[in-house]
Amino acid sequence: MRSRPPGPVGAILRHAVLMTGALLMITPFAWMVLTSFKPQAEILVAELHFLPTRWAVVENYGMAMTRVPMMRFLINGVIVTAAIFVLQVLVNLPCAYALAKLRFRGRGVLFAVVLLCLLIPHHATAIPIYILFHKMGLLDSYSALVLPFAVSVFGIFLMRQFFMTVPNDLIDAARIDGLGEFGIVWRIMLPTAVPALIAFGIFSVVAHWNDYFWPLIVVGSEELYTPPLGVAFFRLNDQGTEYGPLMAAATIVILPLVAAFLFAQRRFIEGITFTGMKT
Amino acid sequence: MAEAAALSAARRRRSLGEALAALSLAGPAVALMVMFLIGPLVVVVLLSLTNYQLGAASLSYVGLGNYSEMFADRVFQRSLQNTLLYVAIVVPTSVGLGLGAALLIEAGTSLRAFYRAVYFLPVMATLIAMAIVWEFMLHPTLGLINLTLREFGIEGYNWLQDRRTALFTLCGIGIWQSVGFNMVLFMAGLTAIPGELYEAAAVDGARTGIDRFRTVTWPMLGPVTLFVVVITAIRSFQVFDTVQVMTKGGPNRATEVLLYTMYSEGFSFFRTGYAAAVTVVFLLFVLALSLLKTWAINRKVHYA
Repeated sequence: MRSRPPGPVGAILRHAVLMTGALLMITPFAWMVLTSFKPQAEILVAELHFLPTRWAVVENYGMAMTRVPMMRFLINGVIVTAAIFVLQVLVNLPCAYALAKLRFRGRGVLFAVVLLCLLIPHHATAIPIYILFHKMGLLDSYSALVLPFAVSVFGIFLMRQFFMTVPNDLIDAARIDGLGEFGIVWRIMLPTAVPALIAFGIFSVVAHWNDYFWPLIVVGSEELYTPPLGVAFFRLNDQGTEYGPLMAAATIVILPLVAAFLFAQRRFIEGITFTGMKT
Repeated sequence: MAEAAALSAARRRRSLGEALAALSLAGPAVALMVMFLIGPLVVVVLLSLTNYQLGAASLSYVGLGNYSEMFADRVFQRSLQNTLLYVAIVVPTSVGLGLGAALLIEAGTSLRAFYRAVYFLPVMATLIAMAIVWEFMLHPTLGLINLTLREFGIEGYNWLQDRRTALFTLCGIGIWQSVGFNMVLFMAGLTAIPGELYEAAAVDGARTGIDRFRTVTWPMLGPVTLFVVVITAIRSFQVFDTVQVMTKGGPNRATEVLLYTMYSEGFSFFRTGYAAAVTVVFLLFVLALSLLKTWAINRKVHYA
């Protein structure tokens, strides 16, 4: 592409270095999965062996699913990430459209505020939001897990940039056809924004499926645990000695995203880097 | 004349309509921004000037009392030092390795997608679950790492419980997690470099890969690198998950970091005012870095 392809020696060196790196990257995953297949007796011997001699897949994964309500945690993860993303679209898309395509007083100020809010790290607002939810009696609820993320200034920013490129003629034509502004947002803008929404959606789902900090703060009851809280709870629950089931639990929590990633690598990498630059 | 008046009235009506539409379209987002971003930001600064304790009936203004207490507190000093050390180790290492990986992957054509996917995997995977896996791998007697070291006749450490190694171990995990992210940013930067520049460099006598890197790649990557450094620094300042689940700031405060201090003061001891002051310090670091990032994005000049 930019230079001659490396000679055979260069190619071998390239693969040698990259393979070593790849091995380091993948070892924790491999070790997690291998351990999740081993019976307790084989894990507690202090010597190196990779494959289990007796496979304990069913018992380990069975225990991971039954010792704690793992299914419940996974469902919570789906509910919370889905609710956050749906709310983010409902709240931020119209705002982005207004900023990109409508003329009104205060538009410049509003956009400046959005840019400023981009600088606020999520952790910095935790204490006041916690107090607010405490006063409102919303702690330990799905609302507490979801509401603070309904507004995403990054989402507004991203969608606005995207909407700026949509031709005004398209919107004017829709107005002539008698479509109101709400109709324009949902019937014209939303369909054109699908590629950007997918990127943002992947970013949002990955960030909130993996988030540990906020659920840890606002959730107390087990029925509301998200997958990261669930796996941490599992570890505490058996004093961290039942490594087989524990690794099975970790595998279960990681699996949905990793599987989706392997299925659609390019989209994931785009989504996370292109939007993840915010964090 | 009448036509013009009618037209301008229509225009005014339309702009009023547009303003009303904008109000209702942007309203919910604005309300939520005030409630969850701007409001809390103001409140956290104000709280840091009080002795508020969560659940207490009253609070009083203590000025900079929390700040003077904080800077005199050994725990906070350790926390700040540890955080800065963590950032100082993780940023250059993971940026350097990310750049190296990107250059090597782009240098050839075979297995590109495979390497990219494997290096990116840790970025995706739920950190808290992987922290638990790392904890098991770092187990002093049963862990993969010490067992492997023993094969080579090396006595390993009790990595997470030893004051000398705990923070560096967490740095290692932080690096493992962020290399792939930086790699992808650099790959995007590399593909944006026009091929003609390399041809021109070849005409000017750049023969080896090192020549090409020095004369074209590195100068062209300058702005990207600055950007990647700042983003990694912001992410590193937010280290929390691994600390909370693996070390709880221990042993003997060796892994106490800013967010963990904020969390334990604010949500375990409920010393809200004090925790707010810790948050403000954290916020100032992240804000400074974010401003640097904005500046880096807006600066489109290359070094070359």
